[in-house]
Amino acid sequence: MSFITRGFSGRGRERDDRLPPGQTLVTDFPVLSAGPTPEVDTDDWEFTIRTETGAHSWNWDEFMALKIDDVDTDIHCVTHWSKLGTRWRGVSLDTLFEDVETQYDYVMAHSYGGYTTNVPLDELLDGKAWVAFEFDGEPLDPEHGGPARLLVPHLYFWKSAKWVRGLVMMDQDEPGFWEQNGYHIHGDPWKEERYW
Amino acid sequence: MSDAPTAQAVAPSAAPLAVPRSGWHVATVAATHRETPNATRIELDVPGWPGNAAGQHLDVRLTAPDGYQATRSYSIASSGSSTRVVLAVDKLPDGEVSPYLVDDVRAGDMLEVHGPLGAFFVWAPAADTGDHRPVQLIAGGSGVVPLYAMAHAHADASDPTPFRLLYSVRTPDDVYFDDEFATLVDAAAPLQLDVVYTRRAPEGWATAPGRIMREALEAAVFPASERPRVFVCGSTGFVERVADWLVELGHDPRSIRTERYGGA
Ligand SMILES: Cc1cc2nc3c(=O)[nH]c(=O)nc-3n(C[C@H](O)[C@H](O)[C@H](O)COP(=O)(O)OP(=O)(O)OC[C@H]3O[C@@H](n4cnc5c(N)ncnc54)[C@H](O)[C@@H]3O)c2cc1C
Repeated sequence: MSFITRGFSGRGRERDDRLPPGQTLVTDFPVLSAGPTPEVDTDDWEFTIRTETGAHSWNWDEFMALKIDDVDTDIHCVTHWSKLGTRWRGVSLDTLFEDVETQYDYVMAHSYGGYTTNVPLDELLDGKAWVAFEFDGEPLDPEHGGPARLLVPHLYFWKSAKWVRGLVMMDQDEPGFWEQNGYHIHGDPWKEERYW
Repeated sequence: MSDAPTAQAVAPSAAPLAVPRSGWHVATVAATHRETPNATRIELDVPGWPGNAAGQHLDVRLTAPDGYQATRSYSIASSGSSTRVVLAVDKLPDGEVSPYLVDDVRAGDMLEVHGPLGAFFVWAPAADTGDHRPVQLIAGGSGVVPLYAMAHAHADASDPTPFRLLYSVRTPDDVYFDDEFATLVDAAAPLQLDVVYTRRAPEGWATAPGRIMREALEAAVFPASERPRVFVCGSTGFVERVADWLVELGHDPRSIRTERYGGA
C-alpha cells in the first residue's frame, strides 16, 4: 500500500542485505528503556534458571568460570535502527542449559529493575543466544544492560533483556513486560514483527 | 535484590491500559505550523485512526521515488478518539527524516503512519486508573510532545491530580506549545510549569542559562516523599541523566517512566 511521499528523496541508497525491512543503519548505540537504568553490582549479581523442578544459580565468579564465547553479530532495534558487526563476549545459553532438565518450551527472562520478556526455548539454544557481559572489548555499560544482558540477536533487541537476572521456564508462552505494552509476542525483524 | 526470580513479573507494574490496536494508516496533512525556528507542528487527518492515549507515539514511513523507505517514531501531541492527530518535529541538522518533515511537508501531502504505539509511557485520568499520586513531567526539547498530550488530557478531564512540568529548552524561542501551555496553566486542573533555559534565558531571568543540574532538578520537581509518578522524555542523554538523578534523590525507580528519543 506504500506510495511515493511527495518531495522525499532520502539519504542512504546502499541497501545492505544484512538490513531487515524498515531498518536504518546507525553507528552509535541507541537505547530503548522504559525507566531509569538500574545499578547492579557484580558482587550482588546472581543469575538463576528456574524450572518446574528447581533452580540453578551462578554468582558472578562462577559465571566467569564458564566457557566464554566471542560473538560477532548484527543487532536490530524495534525503533528502526540496526548495527552491523557488533562484537560481544558472553556465555552461551547452551552452556547454561547443559545440566538443566525441563519439559517446558517457553522462557520468561527477568531483569533487575523488574522487566520481563518472553522467548521460546528453542530460539535460545543451538548457538542462538548468550548472556553477554562485554561489548566491543569493554565491560557492558549499565545503560546498555550491564553487568550482563541476554543477547538474542536474531530477534528484535528488546528480547535481549538488559540487566538480566534469570530465566523462568514456562509451560505456555506468555507476554512479558514489553509484549504486554504493545510489542510483538515473537519479534522477528525479518518478518517485521514489531507490534501486535 | 538478589532473590531468585519467581514466575511473576516484579517491578514495573505493566497493567496495560486498554489502548487501541495499532495498524498502518494513510494520513493527509491538514495543516502545518512553524512551532519554533527549528520545529514544525504537523496536523494529520487519519481516517480510521482508532484514537490514542496521551503519551503514545506512531511511526512515520516515507518512500522515495525509487522505492527507498525511511521510518521514524514520533510522539503524538494529541489524545482521545479524534482522527486529527498532531505531531511536532524538531529538525536535526544532518538528519534524514526530520528536515523533510520540518521544512518540506505541506498541507495536502500524504504520509504513511503506523500506530498508535506504546502502552507504558501513557497517562489516563485518575477517574479511570484510580491513581491519585501527583504527576511530575520532565521534558528536554522536543521530548515535551507526549508530556503536552498528558497535560492537555489532564486539563480536558478537569483531573484533580497535581501536575508539574519541568521543561528544559535552549532559548525562549524554542518553547513548544507556548500559548497552549499558558492556557493549560490557567485551567481548572492543577498544572505548574517550570522552564529551564540551557543556552539563553529571557531578559531579567533569575538564573543563568545552563544545562539542568541535580540541585535545580531537585528544586523544581515534586519531592520523593510525595511519591509522584514521573514521566521523563527527551534525548537519550537527557533522560539518562535526569532518571539517574531522580533515583539518587530517592524516587522509586518503579514510578519513573521514560521515553528516549535517541542521540547522545
Ligand atoms: C518513541 C519515540 C518518539 C519520538 N518522538 C519524537 C517527537 O515527538 N519529535 C521529534 O522531533 N523527534 C522524536 N523522536 C525522534 C525521531 O524518531 C527521530 O530520531 C528524529 O526525528 C531524527 O530523525 P532523522 O531521520 O532526522 O535523523 P537520523 O538521520 O535518523 O539521525 C541523525 C543523527 O542524529 C542522532 N539522533 C537521533 N535522534 C536524536 C535526538 N533526539 N537528539 C540528538 N540526536 C539524535 C542519530 O543517532 C544520528 O546520529 C522520537 C523517537 C522515539 C524513539
